[in-house]
Amino acid sequence: MLNAIDPPSDYFTQPDARGHFGPYGGQFVADTLMAPLAELAAAYAEAQADPTFLAELDHDLKHYVGRPSPIYHAQRLSQQVGGAQILLKREDLNHTGAHKINNTIGQGMLARRMGKTRIIAETGAGQHGVASATVAARLGLECVVYMGATDIERQSINVFRMKLLGATVVPVTSGSKTLKDALNEAMRDWVSHVDHTFYIIGTVAGPHPYPMLVRDFNAVVGREARRQMVEQFGRLPDALVACVGGGSNAIGLFHPFLNDAAVAMFGAEAAGLGIASGKHAASLSAGRPGVLHGNRTYLLCDDDGQVTETHSVSAGLDYPGVGPEHAWLKDTGRASYVGITDAEALAAFHALARTEGILAALESSHAVAQAMKLARTLPNDRLILCNLSGRGDKDVQTIAAIEGIAL
Amino acid sequence: MNRIDQRFAQLKSQRRPALIPFVTAGDPNPAWTVDILHALVQAGADLIELGVPFSDPMADGLVIQQASERALRKGMRLERVIALVRSFRLTDATTPVVLMGYLNPVEYFGWERFAAAARAAGIDGVLLVDCPPEEADSVRPVLAKHRLAQIFLASPTTTAVRLKRMAELAQGYVYYVSFAGITGADQMVLADVHQHLAALRNVVKTPIAVGFGIKTAAQAVALADDADGIVIGSALVEKLAIATDAKSAQQIAHEFLSPIRTALDAVSKPQAA
Repeated sequence: MLNAIDPPSDYFTQPDARGHFGPYGGQFVADTLMAPLAELAAAYAEAQADPTFLAELDHDLKHYVGRPSPIYHAQRLSQQVGGAQILLKREDLNHTGAHKINNTIGQGMLARRMGKTRIIAETGAGQHGVASATVAARLGLECVVYMGATDIERQSINVFRMKLLGATVVPVTSGSKTLKDALNEAMRDWVSHVDHTFYIIGTVAGPHPYPMLVRDFNAVVGREARRQMVEQFGRLPDALVACVGGGSNAIGLFHPFLNDAAVAMFGAEAAGLGIASGKHAASLSAGRPGVLHGNRTYLLCDDDGQVTETHSVSAGLDYPGVGPEHAWLKDTGRASYVGITDAEALAAFHALARTEGILAALESSHAVAQAMKLARTLPNDRLILCNLSGRGDKDVQTIAAIEGIAL
Repeated sequence: MNRIDQRFAQLKSQRRPALIPFVTAGDPNPAWTVDILHALVQAGADLIELGVPFSDPMADGLVIQQASERALRKGMRLERVIALVRSFRLTDATTPVVLMGYLNPVEYFGWERFAAAARAAGIDGVLLVDCPPEEADSVRPVLAKHRLAQIFLASPTTTAVRLKRMAELAQGYVYYVSFAGITGADQMVLADVHQHLAALRNVVKTPIAVGFGIKTAAQAVALADDADGIVIGSALVEKLAIATDAKSAQQIAHEFLSPIRTALDAVSKPQAA
């Protein structure tokens, strides 16, 4: 389903003052959260205008996270695929192993600035939980991470990592026991402890200002990439590719390029066992607009508006909604969103491992699969920049289990 | 005048606060809901808030989360909730009924279709937890066209500016959330609630009902002077969960609500003759 919207002349004008990206986004929350959200938006605006805050953020991104992350030309993979050149933005090389730290560093600094003593977070694959626990440890703040009981089982290594970092991991047993339920539970915690607790949302969803501030903190990926492309290749890429669950790594890469009309953009959603099977998490490809977790966006629901259970081999993409800015980019036609199945992602995982010596996260393997598909259709002088959003160490048990290998 | 305004006007003249039970439609069994509603009226309910189950009830505590899950498992859906009220109205033409729930089922049902069906079924008002006044602009004309009151939540964190705007838009009553938290939690501090309600009174011209965390007759009585209505949800829903048939559900509802009604009436101040 597509609700076509005329494209704007400037993509940097979104969101509006109340967090709307065209008809999407907004603040659909119970009254109690309206004031804390306004307080957060004000603190963020103030921080953005404070050179000291920005300098400290840059410093931490460089010396703690290890930025800039390189752009690596995957020549052997490109050769094997045949067609366009595949370039990888190596977010997997960041401290903690994924792009998620870009956002938690920023929100952690905001928490400290607002005088909050306790951090809460939701997590699916555990990458955002680990990134939140990391920042909390470094700032000396209490950290509680909500995680679906189902996800705890399939991501046990990350659960242990969070505990090593001093976080409390709370299993969520309501609903489908996955990321969406973890988000509900974190919201319930926040509304009950608003005076001293800072909620670090891990993706570009939730009520305003979260989709905007999570985007801004991740946009360092795209800003760097834009500069690196010119330095290394003398031009911008022909296409960007990133995986989309909630959509934080994708928006981080896409956003600084939105006004570069010649740069195409592709979001790879989790098509699971295939869109037709109903077992997938492709909300943009197969959903329709509704309201969940504080914003209006594309959702996977039954016809009564009850949010349905999703499926993906990668826990980090297993989410029935998607960031509202992606919904808007879909409707304006600026970005295309396509489904990648579990099998295609696994094949891409192996191809990248064997040709380039890189184990990608299963989430990022969806992007690699889409980059490979796209490369086949283009001449070999074209450049595709694919966001390798995380490393695959956390997924080796899952992959072994799927392939029937005892470790 | 709609049923909600009529009821509050009548109670005001009697100097009694409204007793407002909340139950989740379809829980513990869709076949018992209408019987439960009648039992609540017999036990002294002045207005009923009927919960529309949703898969992701972000503002609700465990009791109402589980009630929603049970109701959904038994096939409850918005269309059937509306049908339950239609059935309730066959024998009760006077007790106001307000649907309480989340936006998404209404969005998927379609606003115009929902408002028309709700009105035709005898529903009087709608309280959408995740639809603050700021996001209600497109919804307001549709509800107004079908004369459904849109009821808003106010809370301890509502700023003066927002409260003023809310007071302008409020219909039926304003539901004051007694603490920053989720339904059914034990976080209510009476002194705080007294203070906030007094401040609210200066701005809000519609009646004010108070809820979240009110579980006992003693708590209801303690708030009777400050509020025009007392909402009791989780404590009742928790009791109803163990019902085994329609008759036992009715009995549980009656035994729960009736002592609260008696306690409230004992402290109400009838107008001097």
